Amino acid sequence: MRRLLRILVAASIPWALPAQGADLRIGLAADVTSMDPHFLNLAPNINIAWHVFDALTHVDEDARLIPGLAVSWRTIDSTTWEFKLRRGVRFHDGAELTAEDVVFSIERTLKVPNGQLGIFTRRIVAKEIVDPATLRLKTAAPYAMVPYDLNSVSIVSRKAAVRSGPEDFDSGKAMIGTGPFRFVRFARGDRVELARNDGYWGAQGGKSAAWEKVTFRIVPTDPARLAGLLSGELDAIEQVPTADLPRIRRDARLQTAQKVSWRTIFFHLDQRRDQAPGLTDKAGRSLAGNPFRDIRVRRALSKAINRQAIAERLMDGAAIPAANLVSPPVFGHASDLKPEPYDPEGAKRLLAEAGYPDGFAMTLSATSNRYVNDEQIAQAVAQMLARVGVRARVEALPVSAYLPKGAKGEFAFAMLGWGSFSGDLALRSLVATANADKGFGAFNWSGYSNPRIDELLERAFASVDEKQREALARDAMRLAMRDYAVIPLHHQVTTWAMRKPLAYAPRTDEFTFAHHFRAQ
Amino acid sequence: MLSHIARRVLQSFGVLAVMSLLVFAGVYAVGNPMDILVNPQSDQIEIARATAALGLDRPLLEQYFIFIKHAATGDLGRSFAFNVPAIGLILERMPATLELATAAMLIAVLLGIPLGLWAGLKPRSGAGKTIMASSILGFSLPTFWVGLMLILVFSVWLGWLPTSGRGPTVNLFGIPVSFLSLEGLRHLVLPAANLALFNLSLVIRLTRSGTREAIGQDYVRFARAKGLTETRIVGVHVLRNVLVPVVTVVGVEFGSVIAFAVVTESIFAWPGMGKLLIDSINVLDRPVIVGYLCIVVALFVAINLFVDLLYSWLDPRVRLGEAA
Repeated sequence: MRRLLRILVAASIPWALPAQGADLRIGLAADVTSMDPHFLNLAPNINIAWHVFDALTHVDEDARLIPGLAVSWRTIDSTTWEFKLRRGVRFHDGAELTAEDVVFSIERTLKVPNGQLGIFTRRIVAKEIVDPATLRLKTAAPYAMVPYDLNSVSIVSRKAAVRSGPEDFDSGKAMIGTGPFRFVRFARGDRVELARNDGYWGAQGGKSAAWEKVTFRIVPTDPARLAGLLSGELDAIEQVPTADLPRIRRDARLQTAQKVSWRTIFFHLDQRRDQAPGLTDKAGRSLAGNPFRDIRVRRALSKAINRQAIAERLMDGAAIPAANLVSPPVFGHASDLKPEPYDPEGAKRLLAEAGYPDGFAMTLSATSNRYVNDEQIAQAVAQMLARVGVRARVEALPVSAYLPKGAKGEFAFAMLGWGSFSGDLALRSLVATANADKGFGAFNWSGYSNPRIDELLERAFASVDEKQREALARDAMRLAMRDYAVIPLHHQVTTWAMRKPLAYAPRTDEFTFAHHFRAQ
Repeated sequence: MLSHIARRVLQSFGVLAVMSLLVFAGVYAVGNPMDILVNPQSDQIEIARATAALGLDRPLLEQYFIFIKHAATGDLGRSFAFNVPAIGLILERMPATLELATAAMLIAVLLGIPLGLWAGLKPRSGAGKTIMASSILGFSLPTFWVGLMLILVFSVWLGWLPTSGRGPTVNLFGIPVSFLSLEGLRHLVLPAANLALFNLSLVIRLTRSGTREAIGQDYVRFARAKGLTETRIVGVHVLRNVLVPVVTVVGVEFGSVIAFAVVTESIFAWPGMGKLLIDSINVLDRPVIVGYLCIVVALFVAINLFVDLLYSWLDPRVRLGEAA
């Protein structure tokens, strides 16, 4: 029997070796729905787009803006941005990149049927090609986010895309970009295959990537993705479940790369109405007012949560306790804010002061399939709240039911995760007073409103000086956090796992870039 | 016969209409798909714009009538998530699911009937008892767990078979199939076995009880008395009677296997229709959900019709189209 086993193990070894030569096979955690880079702004789609296409501006590992197809940008006056294009960049079909391609790409984002990237280009009211390498973009009012917004606009070849629909991108006909990889094949729900672009501008004499051929396999089931890595069928996987981390660390053939993600988990507390939905005293009678409107109650609930325990035990270290709505490397993070220390006694005192010595009962709403360990986190927080006298019943919903309910304002105490380029953007969506004309508060489920924060944000978006803008964004963040507008929980840490000797430069924006894998 | 088929087709249109209205209203009640698909950086104007562009801001009945109007011309709408026609999306995924389901049913029938016969003819033998005991396991173990165990044993430990995915495909009459290449077959084995397990157990048990019943019947004893060979008795007289219930169940189960191969497809990252359905439900991609269920209903109707016809061939006493 032993001998038989040994033979079986020996026979299995050829399958267990990593890919030979210059192939790289990566297991993705979420489905890629379309190759068209101007359709949906979904992370899996963008992840692929950034292999084939470039944008005028790129972001580095810390989610900070760096030059892409534009080598530099500046403001000419308060409403005009000038971009200098990189010279000598060639598309995969050999044609040279021109300002016309850039203008075409910006306009295309507004024309794709059901496309959602218009949000990034709608504020541009005029485009002027000064010379083939200089482009001026005008906005109606001073707007600081133009270079950030353009990071989301892939530059496509005008020639290839001008008469193309979404199907032509899926088939590859229109997949002509300037990026480090050429498109080879998209098998929906299964895989995306790419080949190295040897003429890549970013290669600078060397090779743009160590890999001639890259296959992205779509394996959304966590254990199957890990099995693919263990069996040697995949060389690297993204979004390793936290429960598997100890096991991967023990395996001598594997290694991990981790980085704090831009995704922050926090709680919205309904402060919109006199009666928060579903909030009662413990006997089930409705309360006289809405306790969440009292900052002492909000503070008490924040104190009642043991963030360190959740990060260490529930998340196996793959989380950092948060005091901000954006994670440490991100623009506008106020590092002087410190996570609320765990203080159940203090929480009880505050609740008593606020007139709730016996606490109250509420529903804690959370997603069941969106964020890392979301449902378990909700259960843990509910138990912690019970210790200070607040009885929380956990209601976990799949994200397809959760987000529409949240948008309708049906939750009293709701968990949400948010990834943002910058602190002011996060505050604009989550904390600013809801105002459709200004685009403020689109996800402000709690109905929180603070005119001073709104004013700081408006000034931030209008200031084209980055230093000034970051200072304003930090001030707004401090105000919101000290007022417990929302209760931040933690910043997620993203984990990639790969077979040795591969190494990955992990990214805050969670993207998995084949060209950032290296064989050590 | 013809009137029977016509009546079935008419009935199925009624089912389709009711089902599509139910699904439509159900998805509508869950919420606005744009709340899920929308870019998180969007503001209210952008969300409203996207919602209006898809006509999702109109009253439910109006949306439904627009859908019916287009559906009558064969257009089930564009997927919100994939931005391609829903019907094309589903048909593109269908060969993968059909192949998986067919492979699973072949395994179930080709293994299940002989094993069931054996267990029925020799119920007290060791082999017979083992077969029956294993079939209980096949019933009771959850597909999800079995799938993971198959991957663990055959892919991770032994390294014989790939963990997931469909592998290369070969075009057969323009339809991509994977069973024609060795690599494709290796990808097909585990998911097909996983999907087959439940039905394999079912077929074994059905065949066994049918065999046990038939073996004591007068016509079998009479055949024995006539001196027919055991092969002929089992192969013709017993088997033919055993097959009637098996065909019914296999027919119904084939439909369910196609429609609900979701679990297996998810575990093995098999790019079939079931996985598409789950992904679509997760983002409330209504055109795909409605389109998928319409196709599944049509499939069920077709399979049931086929089973009826097969019945009348297996059992000459069954006459289609008469009062039933």
